[in-house]
Amino acid sequence: MVITALSFIMMVSTVWSGTLEDIQKKGFLTCGISEGVPGFSIPDSTGQWKGFDVDMARAVAAAVLSDPQKIKFVSLASKQKIIAVSSGQVDLTSRTTTWTLKRDAKQGVDFTKIVFYDGQGFMISKSLGVDSATKIDGATVCVTAGTTSELNLADFARANGLKIEALVFDGKKEALNAYATGRCDCFTTDVSQLASLRTTLAKPEDHQIMPEVISKEPLAPLVRHGDNQWKDIVTWVINGLIAAEENGITAANVLEKKETSNNPVVQRMLGKSGDTGSYLGLDADWLVRAIQAVGNYGEIYDRHFGPSTKLNIPRGVNKLWTQGGLQYALPIR
Amino acid sequence: MTISPDASKELHVFKPMPDLPAPLESVGIIGWLKGNLFSSKINSLLTFAALLFLWKAVPPLISWTIIDATWSLSSTPDPTPKTGACWTFIFVKFRVLMVGLYPQELLWRPILAFVIFGVVCVLTALRRLQTRLLIALWFFLPLPLFFLINGGIGLEIVEQSLWGGLMLSTGLAAIGIIMSIPLGILLALGRRSNMVIVKSLCIGIIESIRGVPLITILFMASVMLPIFLPRGMNINNLLRVQIGIILFSSAYIAEVVRGGLQAISQGQIEAAASIGLKNWTITYFIVLPQALRHVIPSLIGRCVALFKDTSLVIIVGLLDFLGMIKASAQDPEWLGYDAEAYVFCALIYWIICFSMSQYGKSIEHRNQWS
Repeated sequence: MVITALSFIMMVSTVWSGTLEDIQKKGFLTCGISEGVPGFSIPDSTGQWKGFDVDMARAVAAAVLSDPQKIKFVSLASKQKIIAVSSGQVDLTSRTTTWTLKRDAKQGVDFTKIVFYDGQGFMISKSLGVDSATKIDGATVCVTAGTTSELNLADFARANGLKIEALVFDGKKEALNAYATGRCDCFTTDVSQLASLRTTLAKPEDHQIMPEVISKEPLAPLVRHGDNQWKDIVTWVINGLIAAEENGITAANVLEKKETSNNPVVQRMLGKSGDTGSYLGLDADWLVRAIQAVGNYGEIYDRHFGPSTKLNIPRGVNKLWTQGGLQYALPIR
Repeated sequence: MTISPDASKELHVFKPMPDLPAPLESVGIIGWLKGNLFSSKINSLLTFAALLFLWKAVPPLISWTIIDATWSLSSTPDPTPKTGACWTFIFVKFRVLMVGLYPQELLWRPILAFVIFGVVCVLTALRRLQTRLLIALWFFLPLPLFFLINGGIGLEIVEQSLWGGLMLSTGLAAIGIIMSIPLGILLALGRRSNMVIVKSLCIGIIESIRGVPLITILFMASVMLPIFLPRGMNINNLLRVQIGIILFSSAYIAEVVRGGLQAISQGQIEAAASIGLKNWTITYFIVLPQALRHVIPSLIGRCVALFKDTSLVIIVGLLDFLGMIKASAQDPEWLGYDAEAYVFCALIYWIICFSMSQYGKSIEHRNQWS
């Protein structure tokens, strides 16, 4: 039995070098993801991880290791997501994590680039005839325990002088069921999830998501604090995906654009001119591979949240800045 | 004087009249009904209430699970709304529910492991093997199964982050049980030892582990431990969780075994000592065999509880059977099949736990006769 116990793989690396070298040496990227958040990361029927967060990580793997499949996903519970990356169990966590001061400054991690602007919203039955969250005085609201949602709800109520009774549940599903069976008037969680949870209700069209978003939940992948080169790589891969959408570069046309485009911005991005790859410690084609693997930001979004999916989350503030949204790629040069 | 053969005819011999048949209302079906279902007013009321409940609950259940259900093997959800269950969901998700994210092309390995495991279970249940052989078999079983699933020595290694589903649940439970029974016995013996340090150490371990819930131990193992490890040292998450489960279970088993040890009278031990047997010999040949026999039912009970406890590993991000059920029910392609998912989950858990407790019952029964 001792042999059995010992034969579990123990990975002990004595020298702590840079993350990039480590990854290139071991030949794969270790990425922490959620154990199942619809649209972000979920195991599909064939046993593959699928989702928005998953594709972001695959883009990084493609840029660093030339292969989007050279990645090992580790499902992390919400409470593990920070520690797993700060203690070096994973190279990167791409798991619906809100960028906050405390996490950034105090918990040994660095955030890279916001991939999804989320925020907390409300769902309410249309039959109640309420059109704004500021008018829910006296309502009972179903909320998930131990999340920032609970805290935000209390803050929102106090700020607006509303008397709100919070009905707290352990999980989102339980809270939603309570809402569906009429135990509360209102259901609150992040907007990205309200949309998908609404589709599971018996009559989705009877419920509306109110326009107020009461909190900021900027979701960003995170890396260990102190490894600037690695942080730069992840940050700029994501910048590159957004820049690709800005410049109309897609998974399908990236190779063609590289050869034919006369646009100096595109030429620099795709390594035709300039030297962007070497600044990051990578080769010239780093972004070409990332785009080839998963497409540009818009393609990734549409694949997992777009109108053709059941989630159908309106792009809202996640549109490009040129279309009135917040997604804005920093210049790649 | 002789009695002529005819004389007996004159004697008045007591001849009981044949028994009257029992009153109709106390035999047969009517008697049974009256005795068991309608023996008093309250009892009759309860019977009717139960019948009404069954009448209301069973037909809809049957029509939901079987008659109105969708059994098609297609790989996409049926767009038309159905009144019954859609078992297509389970068929499509069957693979991930059983083995998690295990690679498709290597599926034969967990299947073979399942078959071997099943054969050993059947052999155990049929009791065709000697106890000694059976114990040895179970003790060494995890080794080949582990290599089959994990790989190594010529087989391609499969990352443990890809393990999941029922395979992970049974694996955690089986290794947990197999490792924690000997460990628990040692702890129990240590607790009854006369050596002060050993004794207080064992009491300390048992009581401190029993003082916290399993969920806390898992959490410590998975979230806190990495903070204290030196940078760059990384013990596999699954191994940490497995050790947590083994420690937790052995503390409980130690207390169960201690109950059995206390049932052995001091006289036996003194008698054995008086004929010159050594301490360990007494324990091994006299005390333990009897003590363990006493506690087999509660040991089986612990095993069932441990199997169910493994579902807690979802809080440390492992996708065991229940975790996979949860994740599958959230797949955007297959939203809204929670009921099917959880009914299937409950059925599988019930089958496994019920079989274990039936096995425990049969051992108990045999022990009464021996």
